[in-house]
Amino acid sequence: MAAPKKAAASSPQDKTNGGSPPEFTKEQELKALRDMLLIRRFEEKAGQLYGMGAIGGFCHLYIGQEAVVVGMQMALKEGDQVITGYRDHGHMLATGMEANGVMAELTGRRGGYSKGKGGSMHMFSKEKHFYGGHGIVGAQVSLGTGLAFANNYRGNGNVSVTYFGDGAANQGQVYESFNMAELWKLPVIYVIENNRYAMGTSVSRASAQQDFSKRGASFNIPGMQVDGMDVRAVKAAGDEAAAWCRSGKGPMILEMQTYRYRGHSMSDPAKYRTREEVEKVRHDQDPIEQVRNRLLAAKVSEQDLKAIDAEVRDIVNASADFAQHDPEPDAAELWTDVYR
Amino acid sequence: MPIQVLMPALSPTMEKGNLAKWLKKEGETIKSGDVIAEIETDKATMEVEATDEGTLGKILIAEGTADVPVNTPIATILADGESAADLAKAPAAKQEKAAESAAPAAAKAEAPAPKPAPALQAVAEPDPEVPAGTEMVTQTIREALRDAMAEEMRRDPDVFVMGEEVAEYQGAYKVTQGLLQEFGARRVIDTPITEHGFAGVGVGAAMTGLKPIVEFMTFNFAMQAIDQIINSAAKTLYMSGGQMGCSIVFRGPNGAAARVAAQHSQDYSSWYSNIPGLKVVAPFSAADYKGLLKAAIRDPNPVIFLENEVLYGHTGEVPKLDDFVIPIGKARIVRSGSHVSIISWSNGMTYALKAADELAKDGIEAEVIDLRTLRPMDTETIINSVRKTGRAVTVEEGWAQSGVGAEIAARIMENAFDYLDAPVARVSGKDVPMPYAANLEKLALPTVAEVVEAAKAVCYR
Repeated sequence: MAAPKKAAASSPQDKTNGGSPPEFTKEQELKALRDMLLIRRFEEKAGQLYGMGAIGGFCHLYIGQEAVVVGMQMALKEGDQVITGYRDHGHMLATGMEANGVMAELTGRRGGYSKGKGGSMHMFSKEKHFYGGHGIVGAQVSLGTGLAFANNYRGNGNVSVTYFGDGAANQGQVYESFNMAELWKLPVIYVIENNRYAMGTSVSRASAQQDFSKRGASFNIPGMQVDGMDVRAVKAAGDEAAAWCRSGKGPMILEMQTYRYRGHSMSDPAKYRTREEVEKVRHDQDPIEQVRNRLLAAKVSEQDLKAIDAEVRDIVNASADFAQHDPEPDAAELWTDVYR
Repeated sequence: MPIQVLMPALSPTMEKGNLAKWLKKEGETIKSGDVIAEIETDKATMEVEATDEGTLGKILIAEGTADVPVNTPIATILADGESAADLAKAPAAKQEKAAESAAPAAAKAEAPAPKPAPALQAVAEPDPEVPAGTEMVTQTIREALRDAMAEEMRRDPDVFVMGEEVAEYQGAYKVTQGLLQEFGARRVIDTPITEHGFAGVGVGAAMTGLKPIVEFMTFNFAMQAIDQIINSAAKTLYMSGGQMGCSIVFRGPNGAAARVAAQHSQDYSSWYSNIPGLKVVAPFSAADYKGLLKAAIRDPNPVIFLENEVLYGHTGEVPKLDDFVIPIGKARIVRSGSHVSIISWSNGMTYALKAADELAKDGIEAEVIDLRTLRPMDTETIINSVRKTGRAVTVEEGWAQSGVGAEIAARIMENAFDYLDAPVARVSGKDVPMPYAANLEKLALPTVAEVVEAAKAVCYR
């Protein structure tokens, strides 16, 4: 593997973070648990609302992958940008966007982040530095590289975290972006969320190089494979990548090995994998259960954990309530925001 | 018989150049491949190599001569055994031709030399954007574009230029000449050949509030990037409920150049003008190129700025003002008339204006409208004109089907049907990919004669 020679000594290239990742403090464990639970409960609720017809169009749930965005967010600082594809609800909640605004966008209401005009796949928050929410597979990779370009241009010390999946990793513009990012030493962390399936096509059926951490090798971009089901491993990798980017060394690739429990979208026939495969990951590797078990082992009481559950359920239920009662956008909104 | 050395062309669209220097003297022996002279244009310099052996007989164009038309004989080479006396044997027919011509050449090549790029037609109507009495400077469109970018980059540190060969090469068509020297590599950025990727990088940077000028070497290559232009640049403001848009200019030559065939000769006017969220500008005059590019750079929306390679070397009068900005979305009546409205934009104006001259000889006074902006389209100016003339002809180099001319015709029908004395006529590029052969290329493009014919037809003449 070809990390830049001068950086070889400090390069994390070709490392897999085997063994136990650094421990979290109790506060970090609790925060991770709460943030991951919020995403899971939110997505479960979104699935229900979709089934009730309250959410239209496409709806891609993030259940199973929560540790990735929560761990990465713990490695970021104010002003760092986040951009992703269409499976984006978890990323938004992790950046601190309000559940009400996200859910109301899913139901197409005026209180949604895009006033109901974007929907599940197209949401943004300037305040939280969340740059979408993009429906074209791979487009966010060039855009996220552009966010890093802007950081570099301004010299602001911020990092762009650009998420995409194992499917998008085969798009041409990803490699065009890799080339420019390394050429210009742009501060971008490419987080490849390898959930093993691009829609219904498994990685082995679509990818000649299945080790996604090596996808930047011909551009000299270092990469790491990360246990994306362990939030501590994600944060540790995120810390290392952010430090790499902030020190002016250019981009880094983090392959997050993760899994999506639900279908690609709500209309997934689920014919491409077995129920047993899904159950086994859920049972053995669930990112939330891992944290919960560690907290219980550390003598945090069931009651304290239940309090977190309750708080999260309240937020999610309130968002569902808001999203179903908030009015639809005014008809005049059809014509606004085309130009400014 | 003495061999003539002709003024060469550096590019398919070059029409004239300067004879900078002679490296051989009359009477010197030359071999095939010897560099005998240097020529230059505002774009580049080139060495002229001898293609034959012999003696340099006579230098026909002195060094330092400016604006020598392509194909003008610049020297003669005498073959072995020939002498200066043989110079008189230069083909008689050719000398006759030369006698008709004011060209400085003693003889003329068989291929007719293209006329030097004319200053854009003097317009009948003054430009309302230019205060009376403003001093004007003569500039090429290439220089007007460069000045527009340089002025905006001085004014706003968030403006930068990126694209293939924009920096060290000084622009594939020399439009960005000198920008690297003034603004440095941070703001004048050479990209790899990677249109899809760098268009996306530009849009991403613009989403944070920077103001990129993305140069495409030609809009033909922007097809690689069109997803980012439309799905990301044009739609993000709407999809984000107004939170996040992008102020970005995509610019470069569009449409047919000369002899570059199907993949390098497409007019994208109608493609981009179809898209809500984009503004589309396609100027013709040097002043409009400058004033509208400055407006495009300042505009908070994504702007497609369609240039024309054939026009880059053309000169025009540009107002000498500290800050000359022309508002996007306003057409201009370039020539007023009462019998028929001819509506065009960009290089289509070349045919429209020449046709108006021809028509005037037959007593038909055409009103010629330069749209300048295709989206938003200045329907009002078109309709007011058609209400006056009752007749309209559209002229475009692009294809007719779903073209901009079709859109103009529909708007006229919707807004001025009762004023029409004849159906709207469209003159357009022919419904074929652009051929390479010179004669076929000519046939594929609109002609002045077709515009004249269309105008006469709608006037029932």
